[in-house]
Amino acid sequence: MTREEIIQPENLVYKKPALLNDVPMHYCPGCSHGMVHKLIAEIIEEMGMEEKTIGVCPVGCAVFAYKYVDIDWQEAAHGRAPAVATAVKRLWPNHLVFTYQGDGDLACIGTGETIHALNRGENIVVIFINNAIYGMTGGQMAPTTLIGQKTATCPYGREVKLHGWPLKITEIAATLDGTCYVTRQAVHNVAAIKKAKKAIRKAFENSLAGKGSSLVEIVSTCNSGWKLSPEKSNQWMEENMFNFYKLGDLKDE
Amino acid sequence: MAEQEITLMKGNEAIAHAAIRCGCDGYFGYPITPQSEVLETLAEQKPWETTGMVVVQAESELAAINMVYGGAASGKRVFTSSSSPGVSLMQEGISYIAACELPALIVNVMRGGPGLGTIQPSQADYFQATKGGGHGDYHLIVLAPASVQEMADFVDLAYTLAFKYRNPAMIMADGAIGQMMEKVVLPPFKPRRTDEEVEAECPWATTGRRNKRKPNFISSLELQSEEMEIINLRLQAKYAEIEKNEVRYEKYMCEDADYLIVAFGSAARIAKKVIEIAREQGIKVGLLRPITLWPFPTAIVKELSKQVKGILSLEINAGQMIEDIRLAVEGCVPVEHFGRLGGIIPDPDEVLDALKEKLIK
Repeated sequence: MTREEIIQPENLVYKKPALLNDVPMHYCPGCSHGMVHKLIAEIIEEMGMEEKTIGVCPVGCAVFAYKYVDIDWQEAAHGRAPAVATAVKRLWPNHLVFTYQGDGDLACIGTGETIHALNRGENIVVIFINNAIYGMTGGQMAPTTLIGQKTATCPYGREVKLHGWPLKITEIAATLDGTCYVTRQAVHNVAAIKKAKKAIRKAFENSLAGKGSSLVEIVSTCNSGWKLSPEKSNQWMEENMFNFYKLGDLKDE
Repeated sequence: MAEQEITLMKGNEAIAHAAIRCGCDGYFGYPITPQSEVLETLAEQKPWETTGMVVVQAESELAAINMVYGGAASGKRVFTSSSSPGVSLMQEGISYIAACELPALIVNVMRGGPGLGTIQPSQADYFQATKGGGHGDYHLIVLAPASVQEMADFVDLAYTLAFKYRNPAMIMADGAIGQMMEKVVLPPFKPRRTDEEVEAECPWATTGRRNKRKPNFISSLELQSEEMEIINLRLQAKYAEIEKNEVRYEKYMCEDADYLIVAFGSAARIAKKVIEIAREQGIKVGLLRPITLWPFPTAIVKELSKQVKGILSLEINAGQMIEDIRLAVEGCVPVEHFGRLGGIIPDPDEVLDALKEKLIK
């Protein structure tokens, strides 16, 4: 059997989602962003929502998300994505509207917008990439940086006395009456990717059903910021991040 | 012709009613004195039950202006209103809206500053509104109403200009115009655009890529300096076009004037009284009232400067517009300023005294 004979539609078990553009990604090898982008593209395609989806990207590494997922996007000012998405969803109520934000964007400079959009129960989805560091600006301390974790602005490790505690904003989100679904996932292995995909899909469906706000946190790696190989990053995440940021649903109504 | 219905209302209320009537899609705002009646009137009118207009009380001015960004970027006719300290907080978002070339309306009902200042009227945000306010090289189209009627009329005008040039427009009123009650004829009802009409009018907007059109992306980021310069040059060309086409002003008793007062908003109304008293005393004073503060009516100021012996810039601030007047007259005639600060409205008599002392001597 030749290679050409094998490449037939009936033999197809996996393909790149059509909404994932065929361009090189700027993300570092080993970074979780690429996988989450792929899941979003796949889900929008599967739901048949590509003509009615508006994404809002953050300031941070995902500022270029528009290059990779082939839908309409708005680039929000740092931290303001949930406010931007609030207006878009209110004005286009039948559209799927989601934000895609990192920990610095969502849990630090944009804490106010995050809490209030979720508390109003806006029918939007917030995808929250938590890699415990500022990736794009070169690895500074984030609100989610773990105690003891070294970054460019806490080079001797995060210390409670100096820097305060890491913020579990997802736990806060789960206490808000406006949220219907709050979950924490990861994409470091096949099983986790499958679970994360289900979670994002559920969040998107909630939004279209008008059930309120959904927050999907993805505990992620930043191997460049962490200064670890992709493989070691996954290991470090499992050993350290998952202890503090426990995976699973925090709220599902 | 049907008789026009005359209503008595505050300037802030007129803004709200006019917005509903001219097919506005959404309002996003945060309470602050002296403009809170805009949000209060909208909440009381419940336009979401009639025209479908969205009204959201945001958690801050920061959120409000970013909601305006989101709404405008998706092609909708949206606006916010605030007063000076709140408008300061909005400057980041305003810069983004200008950079992304989004049509939007911002209403500033000015109060006295700096800082928390006072809740009394002021015109001290002239620099902020006309010279940038936020970061980067950009301009807002700035309209200065001098009556409740103009508060109502300028909403539709601001949208027309904002959509024509894909540029944010500001209605810059002061606390007096926002708070005082006057007779007003509200604009006729105009339906909101359908989604299809929004898509047709704003093919650049993020409306969802219906019929598999190419995706739209709204952003002000460009890391390549050469590209960023091209974007800036395009913006500057647009601003030059606006300066050429959209200057608006009112001339009052200028034909025989020996002296000219330049004043906008509330100050222009005071100026009219000053002119009346001055003319009773045989002093021929005229008024030029800039209606657009940006673009500033530079050419007409220059033209009038050839006819008069001196110009008084009457502003409820420490002297801001006077810089644009001086630039316009290029030293041909003396240009002096009179203003009151801290929320005090100038009295016509003290203005006339100042005019005599500074220009006639």
